[in-house]
Amino acid sequence: MAVVHFDAVQKIYPNGFEAVKPASFHIEDGEFVVLVGPSGCGKSTMLRMIAGLEDISDGVLQIGGRVVNDIDPADRDIAMVFQNYALYPHMSVRNNIGYGLKNRAVPRDVIAAKVEEAAKMLNLSDYLDRKPSQLSGGQRQRVAMGRAIVRDPALFLFDEPLSNLDAKLRNQMRIEIKALQRRLGVTSVYVTHDQVEAMTMADRIIVMNGGVIEQIGTPAEIYKTPASTFVASFMGAPPMNLLQVTREGAGLRLADQVLNIAAADIDETVTLGIRPEDIVPDPNGSLSIHVDIIEELGAHRLLHGRLEEQSITVHVPKDHDVTTGMSRFSMPLNAVSLFDAKSGRRLS
Amino acid sequence: MTATQKPRKRIRFSTVMDHIVLTLGALFMLVPMLMVFQLSTVPDAEIIQRGPSLNIGDQLDDNFVKAMFEASGFSGENTGVSMLINSFILGIGFAVGKIILGMMAAYAIVYFRLRFATLAFWAIFTTLLLPLEVRILPSYEIVQSLGMLNTYQGLIIPLIASATATFFFRQFFLSVPEELVAAARIDGAGPVKFFIDILVPLSRTMIAAMFIIMFVYGWNQYLWPTMITTEEDMYTLVRGIKQIIQVFEGTNLPEYGRGNLLALIAVIPPVLIVVFFQSWFVKGLTESDK
Repeated sequence: MAVVHFDAVQKIYPNGFEAVKPASFHIEDGEFVVLVGPSGCGKSTMLRMIAGLEDISDGVLQIGGRVVNDIDPADRDIAMVFQNYALYPHMSVRNNIGYGLKNRAVPRDVIAAKVEEAAKMLNLSDYLDRKPSQLSGGQRQRVAMGRAIVRDPALFLFDEPLSNLDAKLRNQMRIEIKALQRRLGVTSVYVTHDQVEAMTMADRIIVMNGGVIEQIGTPAEIYKTPASTFVASFMGAPPMNLLQVTREGAGLRLADQVLNIAAADIDETVTLGIRPEDIVPDPNGSLSIHVDIIEELGAHRLLHGRLEEQSITVHVPKDHDVTTGMSRFSMPLNAVSLFDAKSGRRLS
Repeated sequence: MTATQKPRKRIRFSTVMDHIVLTLGALFMLVPMLMVFQLSTVPDAEIIQRGPSLNIGDQLDDNFVKAMFEASGFSGENTGVSMLINSFILGIGFAVGKIILGMMAAYAIVYFRLRFATLAFWAIFTTLLLPLEVRILPSYEIVQSLGMLNTYQGLIIPLIASATATFFFRQFFLSVPEELVAAARIDGAGPVKFFIDILVPLSRTMIAAMFIIMFVYGWNQYLWPTMITTEEDMYTLVRGIKQIIQVFEGTNLPEYGRGNLLALIAVIPPVLIVVFFQSWFVKGLTESDK
């Protein structure tokens, strides 16, 4: 159990590419932090720097109050679960789980007991003598988890552990991992590109883009008050609607209406963000949207349409009748986010 | 063909052709062996008189005893058995040496940040252009000045540096997933442990494949043993057979039967090795067990 402290940690590759721009943040003891972002955003590099698999170019990284910049991965008191499981194919499940302990010269009977215990926790007791190739994807991922648990580390690192599993298994493993982390109370850093995993599992989410941390916050904060248009469009499915509005008098003009939002200190054009579920069907509403496509999702429906020339998505409950063509909607002004049109940053 | 019709088993022309070609190929390989066998069963005089024939003689036992246990040459130390042992030492030493050296060189090139790793690799690769025959004089000079003539070290060591093995293992190591390396590092496996615990077991099919190729290659060495071994107790089979047939003493006939049988015996170990390791060999070259 440990806190992790980043102080201006930076990664520059020898070819000059800056994979991670100086990042400073803090991970609390026992916290489950998810690093999320599109491919190439630097989230995996960040994780690999914590693991010690990648050198830190500049800055200071502390795990449990100890500066680990120059400490070998094996001595950082961490355990890592990989995307492709990274099990040793020639070893039985038992030896796979126990290998890390064996290398640390733990007595044999202690290893055996710990492996049994971890296997029990993960429902792997019947598979201990099998080879990884005889296991299903979910079981392999469990073995990888077992290998992490058995070491009793201060910090768990997960590198997209669920992306090779099918959708159903992924949902199940998501819950298992979260429950396990709760039970063991080990500080965890989890990397994913899947915003659903990020939202459901995290205590706090770190959203990254292009080597920069866009926002750090709880899932609710990130969802409700995204710090930039990038976060707004990346987190949430479907993403937040981003509409161009222009300033008019004291308010903002959106299509044919002027919104009464105090906008004294902002530029001529602003990006307005509104979540699809915050737009509600309302015969007397002021937004007239031309609905082109209705997506039936069972529990609810998604309407894809246009507000004048800007595309917009609306989320309506299943018992609400909808047809394609012009419909009227309204949106509460307190659900609106405003972003600088140029920089994409949130305007308070 | 509709779905209700049962596919009929028809003999197709191309299948027949395939079998003809394969049968001819097999005969092409086997007939010389059968001839050698036939020649080792008849008395030497008959070989001189009549040459190869279809007649299977009764000399096989005699020739076998002579081939395996009777000494030839001057020192009386190179019996078939001693030559067989020397050949095994050369073949196995050669194969094992090449595999160990090749694996370790490939390990260094692939997994360590060496300054000139690529250059080193291509330098090793270039040595494929310099087979033993090209560098035989300097190699001999070195072995001679190290006093390793007529020793097993002298036979084996100059031959074991192998670009082929290094290249094969390099390609294999490059295909080992990077995550596995990372996992082992986090599990606390240092370079030596990683090599022994992870890489060697993962490469076992590759090792088997290399062993077959290299054993046969080493077993069949002729020129180098001829240069290095002048004492008869160091002769290998391939080198020694020639000696038997060459000896003309007065009116004695060359011992064809004995020589032919020894040639046949010399073929057996490589064949057995290939048969025994065959499935590993195919696995090693085609699939990677990762």
